[in-house]
Amino acid sequence: MAVAESLDFNPPYLHPAYEATVLRAPSKRLIEVPRGWFHHATGPVWGRVPIRPTDNDLTKQHAGRPVGQTITLSGRVLDSDGRAVPNTLIEIWQTNASGAYLDPADPGFMSLDPNFTGAGRTITDSEGRYHFRTIKPAAYPGDLGALFRPAHIHTSLFGTLLGSRLITQCYFEGDPLQDRDPILQSIPDPRGIERLLARFNSAETEVGDVDSALAYNWDIVLRGPAATPMETP
Amino acid sequence: MGEIQSPSQTIGPLYGFALMFEGSHEAVPPDSPGAVRIEGLIVDGDGVPLSWPEGFIEVWEGDQWARARTDADGRYSVVVRKPEPLATPDGSVAAPHLNVTIFARGLLKQLLTRVYFPDETAANAADPILELVPQADRDLLIAKPEGDVLRFDIRLQGEDETPFFAF
Repeated sequence: MAVAESLDFNPPYLHPAYEATVLRAPSKRLIEVPRGWFHHATGPVWGRVPIRPTDNDLTKQHAGRPVGQTITLSGRVLDSDGRAVPNTLIEIWQTNASGAYLDPADPGFMSLDPNFTGAGRTITDSEGRYHFRTIKPAAYPGDLGALFRPAHIHTSLFGTLLGSRLITQCYFEGDPLQDRDPILQSIPDPRGIERLLARFNSAETEVGDVDSALAYNWDIVLRGPAATPMETP
Repeated sequence: MGEIQSPSQTIGPLYGFALMFEGSHEAVPPDSPGAVRIEGLIVDGDGVPLSWPEGFIEVWEGDQWARARTDADGRYSVVVRKPEPLATPDGSVAAPHLNVTIFARGLLKQLLTRVYFPDETAANAADPILELVPQADRDLLIAKPEGDVLRFDIRLQGEDETPFFAF
């Protein structure tokens, strides 16, 4: 019988090109548990995370208009069995248009924008759809052997299962910095990298006034109950 | 044939302003009945603590969930209620435990482990997941009493590496 192709292109824990993995990747074999234990175990409940209805519009969190290119980022959250994941929390965080995070740990090379925080939250609707309005993040100088990290939006999702918890990064198609980024290139298969690229959508792009926004689409696929990393002969 | 999963990526070190909120480290109020504080260091393969802002953990079981980042010394602290024993899919009983996931700069995907309780010797000895852990490493998943708190250190790599689960 043919072996089902693995559709899990998660990066390995140890990826020396991303130096911080060298002393943090486990050296012992991960303990495998019987199918059905973890894959059917429920994930964390996120009901205590404070979510306001306006948290999905990062351009309207301050009195003034943030600097930068307004974009929309929208799509669906699915599981790897192809089912929509409704009513799940998405948290995002990102730089402003100059490449700075509003975080006390940011090195402070780039300027802050008093009208932009860069943190958002939303909950998927009954069909798994989500929608954010934000500023396009910028590439910024990194210390990872690359000149710059490509522009990205950090994204955290819960799903419903222990195995569906995901923190990843959304990148933008066509960014030449992606080919040399050790974090993105830790993904061992180009199909996995493709999954993390938001696509420009001309038809959804809003034109015509100061509130115009470039539209990007990005679907997110969480591990579903049928998936298992141990599906080998 | 399923859909290609979205691969995991590191949290980086600059998540705190977005993910942390007041009380996120307390799954239950500290003064509520049965509340217990679990604390510990997260250290790398050289024994160096993952100090602020390097990482955070999430701890959960049933209706409890907490998210806590390490401080300047690499120490996290969560407040939880010790869960009840749980029925497992194969009909046996799991010892009281909480699931723990670790996120950090340098972790391209979260790590998953469990914390068990030191006053449950018999239940721990019969726990079907602990039985999968090499005998010599099982104690690494059991918190230790330390004053008023339970101590549970997480070692990402090396001799006393915390047992982590594939998922």
